[in-house]
Amino acid sequence: MTALLEVKDLKVRVEEREILHGLSLTVNPGEVHAIMGPNGSGKSTLSHVIAGKPGYEVTGGEILFKGEDLLEMSPDERAAKGVFLAFQYPVEIPGVATMNFLHVALNAQRKARGESQLTTPEFLKKAYAAAASLNIPRDMLKRGVNVGFSGGEKKRNEILQMALFEPAVCILDEMDSGLDIDALRVAADGVNALRSQGRAMVVITHYQRLLNYIVPDFVHVMSKGRVVKSGDKELALELEASGYAQFEDAA
Amino acid sequence: MNVALVKNETGSALSDSFAIARDRLPGTGKVAAAREAAFAAYAQAGLPHRRIEDWKYTDLRALMREVLPLAPAPDAAEFSRAASAAKLHAIEGVRRLVLVDGVFAPKLSELGGIEKGLGIRTLRETLETGDAALQALLFTPDNANPMVALNSAMMTDGVVIDVADGVVLSQPLQIVHIASGTVPAAMFTRSLLRLGKDAGATLVESYIAAEGAKAYQVHDSLMISIGNNSRLDHVRLNEDGRDAFNISSGVVSLGAHAHFNTFGMMSGAGVSRYQATIAFAGEGSRVETNGVNLLNGKQHADTTLFMDHAVPHCDSREIFRAVVDDRAHSVFQGRIIVRPHAQKTDAKMMTRALLLSDDAEADNKPELEIFADDVTCGHGATTGALDESLLFYLRARGLSEKEAQALLIQAFVGEAIESIVNDGLRELAIAAAQRWLEARG
Ligand SMILES: Nc1ncnc2c1ncn2[C@@H]1O[C@H](COP(=O)(O)OP(=O)(O)OP(=O)(O)O)[C@@H](O)[C@H]1O
Ligand SMILES: [Mg+2]
Repeated sequence: MTALLEVKDLKVRVEEREILHGLSLTVNPGEVHAIMGPNGSGKSTLSHVIAGKPGYEVTGGEILFKGEDLLEMSPDERAAKGVFLAFQYPVEIPGVATMNFLHVALNAQRKARGESQLTTPEFLKKAYAAAASLNIPRDMLKRGVNVGFSGGEKKRNEILQMALFEPAVCILDEMDSGLDIDALRVAADGVNALRSQGRAMVVITHYQRLLNYIVPDFVHVMSKGRVVKSGDKELALELEASGYAQFEDAA
Repeated sequence: MNVALVKNETGSALSDSFAIARDRLPGTGKVAAAREAAFAAYAQAGLPHRRIEDWKYTDLRALMREVLPLAPAPDAAEFSRAASAAKLHAIEGVRRLVLVDGVFAPKLSELGGIEKGLGIRTLRETLETGDAALQALLFTPDNANPMVALNSAMMTDGVVIDVADGVVLSQPLQIVHIASGTVPAAMFTRSLLRLGKDAGATLVESYIAAEGAKAYQVHDSLMISIGNNSRLDHVRLNEDGRDAFNISSGVVSLGAHAHFNTFGMMSGAGVSRYQATIAFAGEGSRVETNGVNLLNGKQHADTTLFMDHAVPHCDSREIFRAVVDDRAHSVFQGRIIVRPHAQKTDAKMMTRALLLSDDAEADNKPELEIFADDVTCGHGATTGALDESLLFYLRARGLSEKEAQALLIQAFVGEAIESIVNDGLRELAIAAAQRWLEARG
């Protein structure tokens, strides 16, 4: 079986400073991985490098997506192939209506895959259904992308995109931050609905609580730019009790 | 550099072409005398250059070098190519008035079923046979501006439109300027629109090139007067050829409780200057003047606006956006004067430029001269590149670099375009912006 995502001994620098010091992670189809770790340990950096954000220099290692060299691909190629990052801090894009953005993005991905373009009615049907399942009111979709959205609404908009684009690998960077308890449940249900044999999730979080809703197959602890411990969901409970101090030295 | 020499060369070359053209220019007597005076004013100054403050960023001596000879009257082949261009750019539901190489083209224009209260004449017939008062009015624009003076001296044709008191036109008017000549030449046009009291009209001006049109120069002007309680919606779309020069002037005056909503988009022409003076002559009036420059290659586009708040209780809004790629150069000069008695003036101006390349340039010169004490005035300007984090977000969602840029550019110009009140006109502007983005690839 080819792994969906394979990060091998990844070393990444930002502005002359090494942030990831040889990080490895293998994600197979159908698996849910949780990554936990203290602030500044490099979790978002890893997610950005996987998505192809400029400004990061990969100085060692590789990232394979279904066996292909991901680092060779532009961010849009990665998206079209099925790599999706739900951002920790989704940006606001004034003047670009959410609906229009979602339609353009979905059709761009479909075009890159050689699939037919969705007409406006086809798209609306799909988008409204996805929005309804995530309790997203329609008038939110008429506003500028994330403009004036509350923290929780921004996160829900990320999950909505994930539902629409149906990616192969979903990286969720702190999707629980800023969500109230009810919204967390709705968003987690949205994520769980997308769990499938062929799809994998990487859930980055600080809180064990999210993992009660999205139950992981593996939990990894990141510290200072490395994975310092991996285990099953019990590891998250241990962390909740003992904190990260025990790993500070290991790293 | 020998300034005198440069001036002489341009001056005398043009004197010759004025002398040659004179017989073809409509009007005798006072009209001819007014032309002579205008030409003398132009010849004295010559082409404006960078040491003239108002032309600091648009040095026509460097950019244009010379004024080309008057375009010959179009022949059958030229009319036919112009007709194709007109068809290609046709807009549904408007009354089209076409000028080909500076000459009114009745066959390409729609002159049938003129609604009651609308009068349309050509500039040529007005200068040849019109009444003296109207002829004098056509020469009122200020000869102190050399390019206005040149236009006054050389104007050959155009349209003179009158909308009677109480008449709100049901159909928009469109003046289409088509260049079709296969030899480089200049066309000089002037149009006039007079809206009576309690009247309303919608006017579109388009500048386009027919297939095969050579480097040409458009020298145009439009005089507008808007009567009390009247409203004019106006859009200017410049899609001239890339080798073309377009020097256009607007002279607008508003009566009391009048409303002028105007929008200009420059995506064509190699070098363009649009200079407009908007004067409030009656209280309680409002102007929204907005513009978008979409430039690439080596294009140079200058928009210079002068908002004259001469009376109290008037509002003006200026929103200007420039998108500048490659080595292009965008200029916006906005001057607002609030004269001593113009209390309760509310005047605002906002300019933003988006630079898409390191070699792109945008100059912005706001000037506020306020002589009244009870006013609200403000201006702001920003210049920057596309936000990298927004671009990345879009690309991470599958948009290519060009698609992501296009979406952000549309959003950037959107605010200026959204200010077009008339739905049809707004659609036109959106379509023109779309054409530019698509041509970009
Ligand atoms: N553009 C940048 N320039 C400089 N330093 C950066 C940049 N981006 C990230 N870093 C640094 O890299 C380290 C890792 O940051 P990262 O955002 O990946 O951490 P994180 O694990 O996601 O933290 P958190 O839990 O707070 O979200 C931090 O020390 C951060 O300051
Ligand atoms: Mg983070």
